Amino acid sequence: MYNLIIIRYGEINLKGDNKHDFIGQLIKNIDHAIADLGDFEITTVYGRIFLHAESSVIEELLRRIVKLPGIVSASPAVDFKLNKAVSDFSDEDYKKLKEKALKLFKTEVKNYPCSFKVETNRADKSFPIKSPKLNAEIGSAILTNIESEEKALQVDVHNPDHLFEIEITRGKIYLFLRRESGPGGLPVKSSGQALLMLSGGIDSPVAGWYALKRGLKIGAVYFHSPPYTSERAKEKVKELAKVLSQYGGEIKVQIPYFTEIQQQIVKKCPEKYTITIMRRMMVRIANHLAENNGQKALITGESLGQVASQTLEGIQATDDVSTLPILRPLITADKNEIIKLAKKIGSYEISIRPYEDCCTVFIPEEPVTKPILKIVRAKEEALKIESLIENSLEKMEILNLK
Amino acid sequence: MPKEIYLDNAATSKVSASVIEALSKAMQNNYANPSSLHSKGLAAEKILKKCRANLAERLKIKAEEIIFTSGGTESNNLALRGIINQHSQRGKHLITSQIEHSSVYELMLQLEDEGWEVDYLEVNKKGIVKINDLKNLIREDTVLVSIMHVNNELGSIQPIKKISEIIKQNNPLTFFHVDGVQAFGKIFADLTELKVDLYSISGHKFHAPKGIGALFLKKGIALKPLFYGGGQERALRPGTENTAAIAGLNRALAEITALNKDNPFNAKLNKKKNYFLKKLKTIKEIKINSPKNSAPHIINFSLKNIKGETMVHALAEEGIYLSTSSACTSKNKYSRVLKACGFSEQRNQGALRISLSEQIKQSDIDKVISKIKEKIDFLKII
Repeated sequence: MYNLIIIRYGEINLKGDNKHDFIGQLIKNIDHAIADLGDFEITTVYGRIFLHAESSVIEELLRRIVKLPGIVSASPAVDFKLNKAVSDFSDEDYKKLKEKALKLFKTEVKNYPCSFKVETNRADKSFPIKSPKLNAEIGSAILTNIESEEKALQVDVHNPDHLFEIEITRGKIYLFLRRESGPGGLPVKSSGQALLMLSGGIDSPVAGWYALKRGLKIGAVYFHSPPYTSERAKEKVKELAKVLSQYGGEIKVQIPYFTEIQQQIVKKCPEKYTITIMRRMMVRIANHLAENNGQKALITGESLGQVASQTLEGIQATDDVSTLPILRPLITADKNEIIKLAKKIGSYEISIRPYEDCCTVFIPEEPVTKPILKIVRAKEEALKIESLIENSLEKMEILNLK
Repeated sequence: MPKEIYLDNAATSKVSASVIEALSKAMQNNYANPSSLHSKGLAAEKILKKCRANLAERLKIKAEEIIFTSGGTESNNLALRGIINQHSQRGKHLITSQIEHSSVYELMLQLEDEGWEVDYLEVNKKGIVKINDLKNLIREDTVLVSIMHVNNELGSIQPIKKISEIIKQNNPLTFFHVDGVQAFGKIFADLTELKVDLYSISGHKFHAPKGIGALFLKKGIALKPLFYGGGQERALRPGTENTAAIAGLNRALAEITALNKDNPFNAKLNKKKNYFLKKLKTIKEIKINSPKNSAPHIINFSLKNIKGETMVHALAEEGIYLSTSSACTSKNKYSRVLKACGFSEQRNQGALRISLSEQIKQSDIDKVISKIKEKIDFLKII
């Protein structure tokens, strides 16, 4: 019986004059995420966005919307149209409101025994009935009409199974029973664009998700080394990009050919430095791509100390070849926290598939954990860096995934 | 894409055009339930009868000793569980080998969990079970021994006749099951002469469709079924028969080289295999893992300093398909079978399996050899 979704945004409210740019971006993102389901009316009032739709599509809309950065929560709701100032709320209106509340409760609450509580928020204080009174009377209407032997129902003001909320704004009353949490943060694209280094592992998709949550529009780069890495590893990356696109819209994935670079590194550089130098090559290519794409930063899934290359010295060695800032959202996160989030995002099950990515193919017995910049630079001189990068980009594959 | 050269026949084989035709015809015309009383049911039943007779003829057994199943895994599970559930009063002990296919090996591990004692017969470097150990392992309470005929990764052939003699000499009540999935059609098996009690085969290894196989069960041996239902297959494997697949299986049987006592080895395959081996041996980065006198369709070899998986992907780019070890273990890191044979971890990492079909031409083999050489040069890291 729902006929709209109330969408709440949090941090955007703290913005100043440019607040409307953020809201405008969020509405665009919502529109984009649901475009294939039809044309829906979107309105904004009082720090809320309302998405109007038929009840049959509400759940699917909700499922998609609660993934969008910038949204704090969303509630499927019904509106009670007064078509007059709420101060003119009459006894006849009150009777109708009670009926509507009862009908909503009956339609949405299926499992008994259960408990509930009514809570009113009078944004418009001119509404004639005070909140505690309204709570008690609507609650009583629900309880006395439903409570029966088959349907055991009680009021619980501390820990109810169902929180029945009534929101009173200018000219309208909204009724709803659920608040689904969104990721919060800022709408995608409101903070600009960046390039995610996506490996297929557990960390990088989570880093990408964090970047989206802070309002970045992301593209991704994956380094493919056939035949050392398999088609299945590439498929995995494609699926991960699709997962991220649920949160941030279409993602352009660029796949440079990395085989020759890896071979040259292994052939020409000392074994303990291969990983450091490989990462420097990746960062160089990523810089090149990002600049052409108009992206102003790189994002990686690095976490301090997790592997030999993710030490402060390792980070310094990669930052050394990057003109763009490298954002590392997971730098202080533990593996457990990352895994937990990966499960929530829906990337974990894909990430743990056992196909090798380019980082796991040539693992030296003893990689250097504290590379010294001067030495790394010297060891790298054996490579024809410019032409290697050129070849790698020449055979690059580009995909747009959503 | 270059012309496809398929060298992964031990994983599964391509269904031939005539088998597809037989299948499709059976689906179009003989769609009735073989158990139905009407004449259309009878026509469907005839398909089963024909196939059963042909299989029996190949294995030198009686037609009524064949039970149709969904394939190798089911045949192995039905054989093992069927025997031990029926005859558990005889004891709690089972014997198998370290190199069985996962459909026996994993089941044995499960049975251990369920309280059975299982001994895993060791193998020598040639991938052949140490039969001298077998005698000492057989006990009064040994209910069943399960040993494969041809190993799916190496192609090593197990001395089935000797094994069955040792079993029967030491405990005439112990049942002997043989997983014949990789052997059927490649080496001759006279099951009566070999004195085997149960023998599993699978259609898709010899160009029949997936989803059809058979279990030989020697007449007079009681077996407890895994499923209960409408009494098909002597109530040992109930469920409406897969008539179309059985028609396909029958057609596939007619197309593979017939083997017999005088011709126990599929010579057509063996000739191709020997040619392949000769060529592979000229590549200095390659070491052959398969023993001499192994099955005529499998060659296992290792690359020096190149991972098997990498070569699989490299050759796939050229339309050449082979595998690292067996398809069923390729998701695990390295081969349990090669490890059991005592091959080093390095040798295991570089392992590849070629498995042939009768359709492979000499020119295909030449091309594969030249591509392998090419890829070794590309992949090897100094």
